[in-house]
Amino acid sequence: MNTSASNSAPCASVSIDLPALQKEHPGEFRAREPWLARVDGRLRLVVCGLFALTVVGLTQIPPLLTALALAGCAAMTARLELASTLRRMAALDGFMLFVLFFLPFTIPGEAMFSLNGMAASYAGVLRAIEILLKANAVLLMIMALLGSMEPIALGHAMARLRLPLKFVHLFLFTVRYIEVLGREYRRLRTAMKARGFRPRCDPHTWRSVGYLFGMLLVRSIERAERILAAMRCRGFQGHFHLMTEAAPVDWRDYAFAGLSVTAACALIALESVHW
Amino acid sequence: MVSEPLFRLSDVHFAYDSGRPVLTGADFTLHAGDRVALTGSNGAGKTTLLHLMVGLLKAQAGRVEAFGRPRIHEKDFMEVRPRAGLLFQDSDDQLFCPTVAEDVAFGPLNLGKSRAETRMIVRHTLARLGLDGFENRVTYKLSGGQRRLVALATVLAMNPEVLLLDEPTNALDAETRARLISILAGLPQAMIVISHDEGLLARVAQRWTRLERGRLVES
Repeated sequence: MNTSASNSAPCASVSIDLPALQKEHPGEFRAREPWLARVDGRLRLVVCGLFALTVVGLTQIPPLLTALALAGCAAMTARLELASTLRRMAALDGFMLFVLFFLPFTIPGEAMFSLNGMAASYAGVLRAIEILLKANAVLLMIMALLGSMEPIALGHAMARLRLPLKFVHLFLFTVRYIEVLGREYRRLRTAMKARGFRPRCDPHTWRSVGYLFGMLLVRSIERAERILAAMRCRGFQGHFHLMTEAAPVDWRDYAFAGLSVTAACALIALESVHW
Repeated sequence: MVSEPLFRLSDVHFAYDSGRPVLTGADFTLHAGDRVALTGSNGAGKTTLLHLMVGLLKAQAGRVEAFGRPRIHEKDFMEVRPRAGLLFQDSDDQLFCPTVAEDVAFGPLNLGKSRAETRMIVRHTLARLGLDGFENRVTYKLSGGQRRLVALATVLAMNPEVLLLDEPTNALDAETRARLISILAGLPQAMIVISHDEGLLARVAQRWTRLERGRLVES
């Protein structure tokens, strides 16, 4: 939940006013909006799942490179911003490198090099590269297909795909309130700064930061209670009603679906070739 | 003949923790068409009183009657809440749906209205508050003033008989405040308004009540 929220929050601030603007100036926005942005949200979700499943099944380097290239094409079609995309991928890769560092030393096989008496195998290095490629391809595709979508549109697409409603609502509540909580955090943080707080490495800092997060937690719980109270005031009895209508499926959606299935088949075909 | 009051609270006691009682024998009656200003110092229990009236809090002693019947259990209050619309102090608490239209639709849908009817209600309610075209706006991207107006729309969409307004003009800019005051002054519902805003109360209220040491005093 946390990761999806923190990932979606920055894109939210960029793309959120799009539908409102589109309503007001329908003609102008058509031309500038990327082609991919008008593909049905449900389809994008399904294709993302299909792509991830296919890529996870690949084991050879050439099809994996192809998958990464496909994801790159999708990212370009979605006109993702280069800097922020690379930053996010770097965040993932930083974590992955740390995890994958030990892999060559734990997989048996012909030694490639040795470090401090431990031998790193070719098979292990290959496996590490394979995992790295998989993770990057899937992440890039998720950013291209889902990250370019308004988080709320994504929530609605999930609901219309009949994903578990609890999950959908959890997602939508997170999208709605992450900013409110962020605001609360910044307010508290500013108040601390205003009284001369500078983080150091001492018990005073640890205690103060502890208070900060404790207070944030207490406030979140209280807010949750007030929100529930407000919902009960409006007759909430445990059932949500989403007022969404799916846009009609058009040629763009069919084209995209066809393209995606072809790409997935091509990846599988490449995998079956012995390189 | 005097009509049945909308609300009657008799000898209501309430404390969040037993050491510090908030209400100690509060009596209060609200008749149809009444517009009551509820004042009192910070922490006097004004919000608590409104929450007791719609059963978000339960009185520890005393009697709460609403719309002609005593209300004790959660089930009794479920019927009261749509008829007594409570506007919360912080609109962020009230607006939890992604878009304005969905938030305004939440109440009517809960009341069992059809989607077509609800869509009509949403359009009508937003138009009434001068919020036409706000349907697809994202709630957390609204300004503070817009948020307050949309929160009021979510309450009015249920067509309540009574409005319980908890500091409606708090933290609004002068323009939005003036707009909200003129909207409130034009509404037909009976009202209880908690506020420190003299200008608002002068325009809206006919009767002034002060909460002092756990009791209500007419002033």
